[in-house]
Amino acid sequence: MSPTIGVLALQGDVREHVAALEHEGARAVGVRRRSELDAVDALVVPGGESTTIDKLLRAFDLFEPVQERLREGMPAYGSCAGMILLADRILGGIEGQRTLGGVDITVRRNAFGRQVDSFETDLVIDGVEDSRDAPVHGVFIRAPWVEEVGPAATVVGRVEEGPAAGRIVAVRQGPVLVTSFHPEVTGDTRVHRLFVQIVRESR
Amino acid sequence: MTENTQPSAAGEVGTARVKRGMAEMLKGGVIMDVVTPEQAKIAEDAGAVAVMALERVPADIRAQGGVARMSDPDLIDGIISTVSIPVMAKARIGHFVEAQVLQSLGVDYVDESEVLTPADYAHHIDKWAFTVPFVCGATNLGEALRRITEGAAMIRSKGEAGTGDVSNATTHMRTLRDEIRRLTSLPEDELYLAAKELQAPYELVKEVATTGRLPVVLFTAGGIATPADAAMMMQLGAEGVFVGSGIFKSGNPAERAAAIVKATTFYDDPDVIAKVSRGLGEAMVGINVDDVPVPHRLAERGW
Repeated sequence: MSPTIGVLALQGDVREHVAALEHEGARAVGVRRRSELDAVDALVVPGGESTTIDKLLRAFDLFEPVQERLREGMPAYGSCAGMILLADRILGGIEGQRTLGGVDITVRRNAFGRQVDSFETDLVIDGVEDSRDAPVHGVFIRAPWVEEVGPAATVVGRVEEGPAAGRIVAVRQGPVLVTSFHPEVTGDTRVHRLFVQIVRESR
Repeated sequence: MTENTQPSAAGEVGTARVKRGMAEMLKGGVIMDVVTPEQAKIAEDAGAVAVMALERVPADIRAQGGVARMSDPDLIDGIISTVSIPVMAKARIGHFVEAQVLQSLGVDYVDESEVLTPADYAHHIDKWAFTVPFVCGATNLGEALRRITEGAAMIRSKGEAGTGDVSNATTHMRTLRDEIRRLTSLPEDELYLAAKELQAPYELVKEVATTGRLPVVLFTAGGIATPADAAMMMQLGAEGVFVGSGIFKSGNPAERAAAIVKATTFYDDPDVIAKVSRGLGEAMVGINVDDVPVPHRLAERGW
C-alpha cells in the first residue's frame, strides 16, 4: 500500500510538495492539526518562512507532537525552511526561534544572501537516481547552508562550483533528509522518489 | 522581452524560477506594511512572512495627499538591518529608476504599486531587466497577464488600499477567479479571441486555460483589516495576504497582526477564526470605497 505522507501546511510551498509526492506514488495530505499528524507515516516540512512556521507550530500545539514523532523515528524531509526546522542547531535565527531538530547539524539561515543572490545550479546528490549523469537542478532561494555536521549525520550533497563551492546543502540522518534547495519547484521528482523510498523502507 | 539572467559565481541568479519561486515560499503567509524598524520587528515577531517598507501607509497617503514616491533609502536600510525576513518596497508605476535603486539596496521584492503616484501613464516597468523580482497589482485577468508579460513574478489583487473596506478586493478576487474559470471551459479554437479580448499574449492565455491558475502566485491586497477579511480572501482563492494600513492603524497592532497570520493559515476553520478574532481592540476606522471620489481611487491606476 502507498505510504501516507503529510506535508506541514501551516505556511509555504505545500502544493508543490504534495504534487511531487503524489507523482512518486505516495498519498500526500496537508497537516495542520494533531489528528492529521497522527494519521501520517512521514512528514515533509516545506519551503517557506522558518520563523513563521515555528510560531504557528507552537501557537497550534503541534511543536511538541511533531518533535515526539521525530524522536520515535518518523521519516521526514525538509527543504530550505524545512531544513532549518529539522536541524538540531541554528545560526542567524530571530530571538527565541526554535527548531524541531532531528538532524545533527548546525544551519545558517539566509546564508547564501538576499533574494538578489538567489540562484540555480546543478548538483550531485548521493542516493538520488542517476544524479552523477543527470544532475539535480538545485533552486536556492534566500537559502540556508549547513555550517557544521555532527557525527550522527551524513553529507549527501555540496555546491560544486563558485565561491560557495564545497558548501553543504544536503544531509541525511537515518530516515530524515534535508536540502537547502527546492526540488519541488523544478518538476524533477527524484529527491522525492528517494524520500518515498526511505519511507517505504522504514515501515 | 529578454531575461536579465546573469551567471554569478555560484550559479544563475535572477531567473524566472528563482523570482517566481520566492513568491511560492510566501504562500499561506501575511505580508505587512511597516513604516519604521520598530514596526518591522513587531511584524516579524507576529509571524509575518515579509514586510513592505514604506514611508506612509496607504491610509495616510490618502489623508495627506500629495505625490507619493519610493521611500528614503535610509528608512529601507534601517528596516533591512532590523529584520531577517524578506523586505519588500514600493516603486511608482513605470519608475524604473526607483526600481533600480531598490534593487541596489538589496530589497527582496519590488512592488510596482498603484498606491504611489504613477510616474508613467503609458508604460509599466520592464521587469525582465531586473534581478530583483516584482509583484504587481491587478483588478482582472487581462491586467494580471499583461503584468506577467512584462516580467511580474507575483500578482496581487489591488483592492482599494487605505480604506479598510474589503469590497474592492472581493470584487477583484471574484473577477480573477471567474475569468480563469471561464477560460478553462472554452474550446481551444476560442482561445484566440479570448486572448484578443483580454489584451494578453495567446501563449499565456492558453497556459491559464490548461492549468486553471495564473502562472505566478496570486496574493490579495487592499482593505484587509480583520482576521475574517484575510480568511475570506483565502477562501476566494488568494494564496496569501498583504495587509497595509489594517494593522498599524488599529488599536493593538501586535495582537491583530498575529491573529491575521493565524486566520490566514486556518482560513477554512471558523472555530479558529472566531478564537483569534476575540479581544483585538479597535480595527482601523476606515472609509467606504463609495465615499472616495473617483479621481482618488487607487485601484484605477494602472491598466
